[in-house]
Amino acid sequence: MVSFDLSDDQKLLRDTIAAFAAGELRPLAHDADEAARIPDVVVAKAWELGLVQSAIPEAYGGFGDDRSAISGAIAAEELAYGDLAFALHVLAPRLLVYPLLDHGTDEQKQRWLPEFTGAAFRPATAAVVEPSMHFDLSALATTARADGGDWVLSGRKAFVPLGGSAEAILVYARRAGADGSADPLDGYRAVEAFLIDRSQAGVELRGPEKNMGVNALETYELALKDVRVPDTARLGGEGSIDFARLMNRSRIALGSLAVGVARAAYDYAREYAKERKAFGVAIAQKQAIAFLLAEMAIEIDAARLLVWQAGWKIDRGEEATRESYLAKNYAASMALKVADNAVQVLGGHGYIRDHPVELWLRNARGFSSFEGMAIV
Amino acid sequence: MIDFELSEPTKNLRSMVHGVAESVMRPVSRRYDEEEHTIPWEFIDTMWQASRGSDAALLARKSDDGDGRPQERALQLAVSIEELSWGDAGIYLCMAGPGLGGAAVAAAGTPEQKKRFLARFREGKPKWAGMAITEPQCGSDSSAIQTTAMRDGDQWVLNGTKIFCTAGHKALLDSDGFVVVWATLDRSKGRAGIKAFVVEHGTPGISVAKLEKKLGIRASDTAMLILEDCRVPLDNVLGSADVPKTSEGFKGVMATFDATRPAVAASAIGIGRAAIDFLREAFDREGMPIRYGIAPAKLAAYERDFMEMETQLEAARLLTWRAAWMLDGGQRNNLEASMAKAKAGLAVTQITQKAVEMLGPLGYSRATLAEKWMRDAKINDIFEGTQQINMLIVARRILGYSSKELT
Repeated sequence: MVSFDLSDDQKLLRDTIAAFAAGELRPLAHDADEAARIPDVVVAKAWELGLVQSAIPEAYGGFGDDRSAISGAIAAEELAYGDLAFALHVLAPRLLVYPLLDHGTDEQKQRWLPEFTGAAFRPATAAVVEPSMHFDLSALATTARADGGDWVLSGRKAFVPLGGSAEAILVYARRAGADGSADPLDGYRAVEAFLIDRSQAGVELRGPEKNMGVNALETYELALKDVRVPDTARLGGEGSIDFARLMNRSRIALGSLAVGVARAAYDYAREYAKERKAFGVAIAQKQAIAFLLAEMAIEIDAARLLVWQAGWKIDRGEEATRESYLAKNYAASMALKVADNAVQVLGGHGYIRDHPVELWLRNARGFSSFEGMAIV
Repeated sequence: MIDFELSEPTKNLRSMVHGVAESVMRPVSRRYDEEEHTIPWEFIDTMWQASRGSDAALLARKSDDGDGRPQERALQLAVSIEELSWGDAGIYLCMAGPGLGGAAVAAAGTPEQKKRFLARFREGKPKWAGMAITEPQCGSDSSAIQTTAMRDGDQWVLNGTKIFCTAGHKALLDSDGFVVVWATLDRSKGRAGIKAFVVEHGTPGISVAKLEKKLGIRASDTAMLILEDCRVPLDNVLGSADVPKTSEGFKGVMATFDATRPAVAASAIGIGRAAIDFLREAFDREGMPIRYGIAPAKLAAYERDFMEMETQLEAARLLTWRAAWMLDGGQRNNLEASMAKAKAGLAVTQITQKAVEMLGPLGYSRATLAEKWMRDAKINDIFEGTQQINMLIVARRILGYSSKELT
């Protein structure tokens, strides 16, 4: 039966994270972007929210909470409302933990999951994006070649969050020889995931990268030069991972983060427009501005509902590639447009870094390039 | 709990209505477009027999006529209207029932009036109820209404000209229906002076001056009504006849739109889906795949356009379902209803225009229905509040402005 109501747990989650985002993240966002660094103290506080630990089963020391894509979407939106770089940073360990929960062997889970249930933030990450204009999740250029029971990885990755500090990195690579077909899902089926150690031979991390936005997020480029790993480093055991499904989960997270950025920009622009006077009235009393704001409000809600609907399908265990893909792409364009409108509403002031809207515009632009950098 | 799954009864209703749309409406869709103003009686009679038992005040949130309200009533209406409009929006608009006039009665009428005016929709032959607001010199600005109502003993005397009254002809001349006429008791009082009056079929002094010839929805009658000393009983004024100092009464009638806007949005969505379904079949036939999951930068132009169209449609539907769901839950949905209407009206206008473009000569030809859907779709961006009026309502609500603060 159709309902747009959050559960009580989801409302609590939303309110808790919203308070954290407003109280702890937003006030630091500007300086963190300028300094290209996130203060450790905030990361430690975020860890206490249990964003990573909650979905880890009690047997491994976690909270054993249900993992829901919609709840993940709610949390991501609220964090990004505070600041996108912080959000991507504190959520990064999920990039390793969640695929492990879905596809890890018992041995892999035993080895890694308890590491993420301690009192302190534990960095971890995944390498999905590749530094090429041809980058395509359905046709990864990084390859994994089977070789005498081992795998040999080669290729280049980019935008690896926490690449400077994460000990373990989950690397996604296409099985060598599995060439593309007309069906993009075949391209996804050809992908394997490997747990690698940063100190392994042939692994080279370069960074931090300098990007247009999310400056406070430390991202690295990763070069893999014939990195040899045993089959026990591969997720999926006897079978393989479900890369399409993992990326759908990622799209829910990224789409929600985009909604959060957009909502931040919209709220700021709306309040500014009610304060700023021109021709004797608040500029919000002019239809040219009021209609921009109305469109922003509608588009934010539309994108959120699309993302939730895709997340809802995932939570029901249904195939959701179409829905997740369309929702993420919609949310990405929406966030860019809304952030751009917010800069426009502030006029010249929007262009000045004293106001946060230009940061949101730079951050929002990233969503068309971001893949696999957050997950629910 | 967030849930996008329709309940079983609603799903059943949807598939039943879809069957009607596909087998009954589609085959005659072109005919009633070309033979403008021909009344599809056969369809009307069939649908009247099938739906007569359903509540006359279906659209009305404030309905308190005793029947328990099913949980998904507004949502079921939205779902049904989407299917009917997928079949044919013009023919759907011909369906008998309380329509907008009934919605106004339900929103602003007293319990006695609801009983008196709405009971007829459960019995006898098909009947219609129209809403007459727009005048030649005023559309979106309903407070500028010039039609007057003067009291003369135990009657109201109405004078003025109304245009764009959907189903006006069917309500007054083809059935025992009525039209709700908005008129002012005192022009100097602005909105506070405006009241809605029920004018029954057969009332002397009201005439259908002409039926408009339109871009689309040609099966639907859009009437011009002239009121010349049209006399109606005193108790045909909806609600109270007092001219209050505030415009509460006006707002009460405007609240009708909170219920009808999701319905209009749903109709738009049905037309948009017709175009998208048609396009998808054409792509399948031509061996043109839609590749979900590849890098967006690698998409062919047709794939990108198509994905944009279907996502816009889906977004509009979700906003519409939310507005309907709020209505069902008794929540005030003024903002959400306008959001849905603004989004759906524009999105589907663009979707259907794009569909004609993508089909090339096939789309422009009247041999297919694509061009008709484009013409039909446009009305949804105009009636029940234009795109701009809905944006204005959204803007006022999000900014917390009154109609004086944001004009």
